[in-house]
Amino acid sequence: MELLLILIIGLLHAGGLYMLLRRSMFKMIIGLILLGNGVNLLIFLLGRLTKGHPPVIEADAKIFSEIYADPLPQALILTAIVIGFGLQSFAIILIKRVYQVLGTDDLDELNSTDEEI
Amino acid sequence: MNNPYIVLPIILQLVAAVVLMFFWTKTKAQKLLSIIFSVAAVLVAAYLLISVWHEGILVTQSGNWKAPFGITFVADLLGVTLVLVSSIAALGVSIFSSGSMREERLKFGYYPVFHFLVMGLQGAFLTGDIFNLYVWFEVIIISSFVLMTLGGKKAQLEGAIKYVSLNLLASSLFLIGIGFLYGLTGTLNMADLSIKIKEIQNIGLVNVTAGLFLVAFGIKSAIFPMYFWLPASYHTPPPAVTAIFGGLLTKVGVYAMLRTFSLIFGGDEFMTVTISIIAALTILGGAFGAMSHRHMSKIFGYLIISHIGFMMVGISIFTEIALLGTIFYLIHDIIVKTNLFMVSGLVLKINGTQDIKDLGGLYKSYPLLSLLMAIPLFSLVGIPPLSGFWAKIFFVEGALEARDYLLVISVILGSFLTLWVIGKVWTEVFWKKGENLPKQANGVYFDELSQTGKWSMVFPMLLLSFVSLYIGLGAKHVISLSQKIATELVDPSSYIQVVLQNQVP
Repeated sequence: MELLLILIIGLLHAGGLYMLLRRSMFKMIIGLILLGNGVNLLIFLLGRLTKGHPPVIEADAKIFSEIYADPLPQALILTAIVIGFGLQSFAIILIKRVYQVLGTDDLDELNSTDEEI
Repeated sequence: MNNPYIVLPIILQLVAAVVLMFFWTKTKAQKLLSIIFSVAAVLVAAYLLISVWHEGILVTQSGNWKAPFGITFVADLLGVTLVLVSSIAALGVSIFSSGSMREERLKFGYYPVFHFLVMGLQGAFLTGDIFNLYVWFEVIIISSFVLMTLGGKKAQLEGAIKYVSLNLLASSLFLIGIGFLYGLTGTLNMADLSIKIKEIQNIGLVNVTAGLFLVAFGIKSAIFPMYFWLPASYHTPPPAVTAIFGGLLTKVGVYAMLRTFSLIFGGDEFMTVTISIIAALTILGGAFGAMSHRHMSKIFGYLIISHIGFMMVGISIFTEIALLGTIFYLIHDIIVKTNLFMVSGLVLKINGTQDIKDLGGLYKSYPLLSLLMAIPLFSLVGIPPLSGFWAKIFFVEGALEARDYLLVISVILGSFLTLWVIGKVWTEVFWKKGENLPKQANGVYFDELSQTGKWSMVFPMLLLSFVSLYIGLGAKHVISLSQKIATELVDPSSYIQVVLQNQVP
């Protein structure tokens, strides 16, 4: 399971970075989305994968007697997914507006704010 | 020992934003309410600073979950001071916006989003949990995205693409760093991290994580190789927005670096050397950039970068005296940079352009206003009794003590270049004989504004200049405050003890 996750994470990161480095605005957003998903899976992996019980303690017990699964990474990922979703939707609307106003999808042509002195 | 009132600055901004939404199209009511809420925020922050000064670090555990498990809010001197300073800057911008923002923008929710942005800032300054810090960062950037694009001008959208994409990348890197930290230590509470990170044998992995945080916060605070988005985007939104961005957004990055590098990663040789080189290059890169431009907001944008470099000096040397300089500079810089962008906004309002080659004769036509504008300009340079001066002494002293001559040279050179740039701006804009500029078709000029309109732009500059003068002339108080903060940063044991409530020695 770990190995599979590692491969997927690597692929998502590589794909995300490759897309980020393309000249098209649309591909850049795809890249950011891929990267975001890769990061979420990375947190999932780094939070340790355990086949355990839910972390709910018995009423009469003081400590966990069996292996339990850490719920925190899931909470973190859930938060990150929600935030990422909001940011990505904003970014998609933004590139739509930019495309409508500037009439280009090529990032290399978006250089007027840099060039004017 | 729960002190729930320390989250009051955050709640106040949230309430402000929500209440303002009910007045969506009634811009007059929005202006008034925003100013009232901002004044209240300054009072609350001042009260908080006084109580932290007297009682020491205050903590509240959300949901009453004990420290390493729940989300902790910590009001230590560093956080509370920044809360106060940022509320003062926000008050200034709130008043300034009421005079300078166009009605169309106000009708599309400028004020609510502005208060959400300030809420994010206050949250970032008060949280004691690294993941919560990430969440506040996201609150800040999503609000800043909206403010940046509000109005949808061509240049704005183009600047926004650069700003948005790099900030999203930085957030991803920050999140990877958090994932690594959690994998290494199994905790997210910064005080708890501080203890657990020292027990880790694998120093290499800790350094990689530190590197990720450095890059993530570095993009946000615009340090050397990662600053190109700032001059490409900061001059595009309206002046009031640029004022709040220039004054506060990059400083949150610096704050986050101060926190993480004091509590979690600290004292590692490799990182120290890296940061010191980055600091020197940031100072010089920003200053050279400022020299080569003619657009006022762009010049000031590059100066932000240069002065972020000054603050990095303290983070790299990490002795008490250098940190004292960083804290002092941080306080001074938030106020002065906000003021500076208001100055450039007012110049735009008077003349309709920000190109310093076309501008001129401002001193002749507005002598008193020019004198007022001279205060932030010369505070920035650090001409003796003004506020920028004191911090630089500590930087040079700290760097000399640490025998880091590269930093000594770049701090001094950076100050000279700042002087050169500000001198150029002063002669071109204020002293040079002015020409009659062609009037632009749209937009209201300063002369045509009503008396209240004029004052709403001048008063915030007066307010912030007064604060700057206080920081400069009453430096004794600010230094003793910064001294105490620097001591807390160098030795975070009291912070850790209060947060974890003596569970761990």
